Amino acid sequence: MKGTAARMGVMKRVSLVFKAKANKALDKMEDPRETLDYSYQRQLELLTKVRRGVADVATSRKRVELQMNQLQQQANKLQDQARKALSMGREDLAREALTRKASAQTQLDELQVQYAQLQAEEEKLTVASQRLQAKVDAFRTRKETIKATYTAAEAQTRINEAFTGISEEMGDVGMAIQRAEDKTAQMQARAGAIDELMASGALDDAVGGKRDDIQSELDMMSANSDVERELAMLKGELTAGAPKQLEGSAPNGASQGTQGTQGTQAYQAPQQNQQNQQNQQQQQAEGPYAPQYTPPQQAEPVQPPQQGQQGQQTQPAGAPGLADEPQDGDRS
Amino acid sequence: MIVRILGEGQFRVDDAATAQLNDLDANLETAVNRKDEAAFTAALTRLLAGVRANGAPLPPDTLEPSDLILPGEDSTMDDVRKMLTDEGLIPG
Repeated sequence: MKGTAARMGVMKRVSLVFKAKANKALDKMEDPRETLDYSYQRQLELLTKVRRGVADVATSRKRVELQMNQLQQQANKLQDQARKALSMGREDLAREALTRKASAQTQLDELQVQYAQLQAEEEKLTVASQRLQAKVDAFRTRKETIKATYTAAEAQTRINEAFTGISEEMGDVGMAIQRAEDKTAQMQARAGAIDELMASGALDDAVGGKRDDIQSELDMMSANSDVERELAMLKGELTAGAPKQLEGSAPNGASQGTQGTQGTQAYQAPQQNQQNQQNQQQQQAEGPYAPQYTPPQQAEPVQPPQQGQQGQQTQPAGAPGLADEPQDGDRS
Repeated sequence: MIVRILGEGQFRVDDAATAQLNDLDANLETAVNRKDEAAFTAALTRLLAGVRANGAPLPPDTLEPSDLILPGEDSTMDDVRKMLTDEGLIPG
């Protein structure tokens, strides 16, 4: 080998660091055979630690997996919202949804990279754990042989070799555990940050059930359009009903539209009361929902103001749509 | 000669390959001295590939100490510097 004190390669220097470490530990022992037992205990501890390390990395990986699923759902949901918003002619809302989707996607991409890293760490640590187990088993056998066969003085060389070999492995595995712990800690910090981000609504958290302003606006628009549709329907019914009212209410015969109709209602009130009583009896006999089944003919001249005031006096006259008109109650 | 790649295991490398590996190792050291991360990664990758190509993995139950130890594939220059200067990096 060309490696000298003048130019010592990286591999040589790293191995010297490892050897120095092992020698230092060996020097501490008065009876070399004690070293064997002591080292063996350390090996068992390390084995436990590396197995726990594997479990920790796996837990962390699963958490990342869960978050990736959540983010994916989130991205899908935002995509749907964008589509819906656009179909309602709300490009601004669609743009906002897509912007958030891009943000969720960025997080997702980063998590995917880290997920792969964690998976690689988990595999490495699993292999390291198996290798260490094999070496620890070999060491135990060697330890018993050395203790049974050699005196303390004779055993020195063999112990040194076994000890150096195993401590090199332990150093290697120890570093692997350290690295896995670092990665797991980083990952947990990141996962915590993403949880916070999702909770804050910046990614528009549909998953956590927190505020979702895009959804609520879409819902509102949807609800508004339902209201508008019903309103239009009611207006249609009212307009259709107006000519019939003219027959029964001469004084306001000329009135048209909503205003006219309401004016008519006031005048008709006395007549209605009579009818109301009849109807109420009928209603009692037939049950609370009976008025809804009342034939339309009866409904024509009767007006809803009283319905607004006295809910129980539901009239057969009140076509379901009219009864719902809020103005009726106010005006009467 | 036995070479350990950290995080990967030990290899028995034919002595005939030593000169080649030493050259690769020299490149690695030059990169470290120049603090050239890209050159370091490239040199490390070549060195590890050289060990794997010229070596046979040792069975896991051997207790032989390695003659040479190499940083693992994904090590950074910083990792190696710490390994060489800070004893705390190697537990035990």
